[in-house]
Amino acid sequence: MPEIFDIIIIGGGPAGLTAGIYASRARMKTLILNEGTVGGQLVLTHEIANYPGVESTSGFQLGNIMKKQALAFGCKIKSNIQVTAFEYSANPKMVEINGNEQFFGRSVILAPGGEPRMIHVPGEAEFKGRGVSYCATCDGDFFTGKDIVVVGGGNSALEEAVSLTKYARNVAIVHQFDQFQAFPYAVEEAKANPRIKFYMESQVRNIFGDDSVKQVEIEHLPTGDKTMLAVDGIFIFIGYVAKTQGFEKCVHLNDRGEIIVGTEMQTNVPGVFAAGDSIAKRYRQVTTAVADGTIAALSAIEYLRTN
Amino acid sequence: MLQTNLTHILTASGHQKLIEENENVMICCGRMGPMCIPVYGIMEDLEPEYPHVKFADMEFDNPESHPIRNAPECKGFMGIPFTVYYRNGKLVKATSSIQSMPQVKSILDAQFDKKQQ
Repeated sequence: MPEIFDIIIIGGGPAGLTAGIYASRARMKTLILNEGTVGGQLVLTHEIANYPGVESTSGFQLGNIMKKQALAFGCKIKSNIQVTAFEYSANPKMVEINGNEQFFGRSVILAPGGEPRMIHVPGEAEFKGRGVSYCATCDGDFFTGKDIVVVGGGNSALEEAVSLTKYARNVAIVHQFDQFQAFPYAVEEAKANPRIKFYMESQVRNIFGDDSVKQVEIEHLPTGDKTMLAVDGIFIFIGYVAKTQGFEKCVHLNDRGEIIVGTEMQTNVPGVFAAGDSIAKRYRQVTTAVADGTIAALSAIEYLRTN
Repeated sequence: MLQTNLTHILTASGHQKLIEENENVMICCGRMGPMCIPVYGIMEDLEPEYPHVKFADMEFDNPESHPIRNAPECKGFMGIPFTVYYRNGKLVKATSSIQSMPQVKSILDAQFDKKQQ
């Protein structure tokens, strides 16, 4: 007879870890299954200065403390796994990992989080780490004195473009719309920077190179005109997408692929809850993920008490 | 020193000693950054599964990491971490930037034959 958990949590970011802390502290037999490294997108953040009660810390440190808390309360965690199948409408609910190991739970909390959105053009995957980057802080210094492209029009894109001018000789911002979505202060700072040029209503179509990136092809959307830019790198900051591929088979998603939940973080499937960046909501912060995880865990505990 | 549970390499001579004394070696050379931390986590998780491989890390900003940063196999790399794989002291594979568990496992399985241990 396989081991049956009270609560299986899919995802080990702030939402999943918080749910794990609350559930295991309530003496629920709890298992977190996490596809990446524990901490999720939290570890993408070098400094967190707006997490209440903590003056300043790194995302890595905060995530590690959350993990320790969950483990201390008896939560089991399996990281770097791949969820290969699931059946959430059954009772108990089943999650299969790595194609060969099945876990069963009386309830499930979905907290898979999000991942950086890619532009999906030829050359993007081929040149990842050879000129294509998603992290200015990590890779900016490789582009000292070089020319680069930044893709995006939100706060991250504009702030990182300005930050990259510390290293790069010239930065070209490519944005698909005629206006930026970033806050006015970020737009003003970018526009005031003499090293930044703007390609509005444009999209990257191809990335070319040999050992590393050498050229980027840009299309001006209103005219269809294509321009080749000789650059050494391309940084992509076009937001995040919910990691819910395949979930449409079991829970209701909106048109952006985000899980639709009620106020108690319940999905349309009894006993299945969701939390964090993968749910349909407006604000995505560590604090909101933690709040979602708390509510989802308490709701799952209540569900198990009454069912 | 990197905040991982891996073996830390601190000097170029330590790097040389490690690859000489171990037939199969995987080293992740990076920082405590978002592209690097996931690779360290993967390596920590794989250590029990691959006892015939020595897993280690090295700080990218440590000047002593030059044997990795300047390796010909890392030419053109513009993203950390630089992850390098050695067999019998020879660099047999190198990757740049973040890697997934399946990507790392496929390299380990291709480069390091368990049967030879």
